Amino acid sequence: MVDPRIGIIEERLKGINNIIAVSSGKGGVGKSLIASTLALTLARRDYKVGLFDLDFTSPSTHVILGVKGLQPKEEKGIIPPQVHGLRYMSIVYYSGEYASPLRGADISNALIELLAITRWNNLDFLIIDMPPGISDAILDIIRLIKRIKFLIVTTPSRLAFETVRKLTDLLSELGIPVIGAVENMKMKESQFIQQQVERRGITFLGEVRFDTMLEEAIGNVNKLSATQFGKKIQEIANILEP
Amino acid sequence: MHEWALAEAVVSTVSQIAEKEGLKEVAEVKIKVGELQQIELEILEFALSQLKALKLKNTKFSIQKVRAELKCRVCGHKWIFRKEKMNEEVAEAIHFIPEIAHTYIKCIKCGSRDFEILEGRGIWLESIKGVK
Ligand SMILES: Nc1ncnc2c1ncn2[C@@H]1O[C@H](COP(=O)(O)OP(=O)(O)OP(=O)(O)O)[C@@H](O)[C@H]1O
Ligand SMILES: [Mg+2]
Ligand SMILES: [Zn+2]
Repeated sequence: MVDPRIGIIEERLKGINNIIAVSSGKGGVGKSLIASTLALTLARRDYKVGLFDLDFTSPSTHVILGVKGLQPKEEKGIIPPQVHGLRYMSIVYYSGEYASPLRGADISNALIELLAITRWNNLDFLIIDMPPGISDAILDIIRLIKRIKFLIVTTPSRLAFETVRKLTDLLSELGIPVIGAVENMKMKESQFIQQQVERRGITFLGEVRFDTMLEEAIGNVNKLSATQFGKKIQEIANILEP
Repeated sequence: MHEWALAEAVVSTVSQIAEKEGLKEVAEVKIKVGELQQIELEILEFALSQLKALKLKNTKFSIQKVRAELKCRVCGHKWIFRKEKMNEEVAEAIHFIPEIAHTYIKCIKCGSRDFEILEGRGIWLESIKGVK
């Protein structure tokens, strides 16, 4: 028995130049905010950008982008709708405002389905917002998207970095490119994370201060871009440009 | 018409297998289609007939429907998924991503959403017959 969906995934992604997973291993470190803001920033610089929310059980990028009442177009598959200048795909188009309690095998299946039927066409960047954990979603994108690159998010906390380092060790063991690591929610001076990151041969992309204005900007992309957080992500985005 | 996208997946995968196995021609492909995904067989067949690539020009696609059996992980109750019981929007969401069933369907005995899809989820290839 063969799953026919796997064989078409490469074909579906072939028009995309850079596929970047914003990932951490650790939860609540700012992956979704960074992935969304990064995607918006690149789209505003006239790149063709897609944003794919892979956190199927707890999607949140639609809240950050203020997306409501949208549905993808069906055309020999699914065409992600254009939102704020980017092509946006999320399970919320189908799960609506309800919970989707999924076990690992279901998460894999849903992921394969969406990769097999979504038509991204030509993109300069596809940014993927990853769920927390070093589990199904990470293993699947490593297995299914051979050209995947990671952008790692951590906080200053040793507790966050304890998990983050396990993810980067795993990626380096597999030879998967890591663009760099962002230290988010920085509150006081410390070199700890930067040193730890650089010791592992990973580029330190910069620190993002804890921004008390960020919560208010959620759901409003113009406000979001204007925050200190937004400005810092715009700086970090320079590194991704060709 | 996401049947079209799935048909492309079938043709692409069968072609890849034919290439790998060194088949000159593919005579028959047996496809199973689970009822949970509610794939329109006519559309799937039409798409397959339009997409047939070189080695598949004489291929017969035999498609068989499989009923979707669900089993509650909490109380063990088993039941069969029936599209007719769904409202249209929900049925369509499940059509695109069958796992969405966990969002809208509950075990009728105990109310749990923690159920297993025993069989009949989506599309898979049962067998490929070729000429070497
Ligand atoms: N630099 C920052 N300053 C202030 N608050 C922040 C900052 N970065 C993120 N947050 C807040 O932290 C919380 C977690 O952010 P977010 O949801 O993006 O994290 P996540 O890593 O995607 O979480 P999960 O692992 O659950 O997916 C949010 O409430 C967000 O507003
Ligand atoms: Mg998140
Ligand atoms: Zn039950």
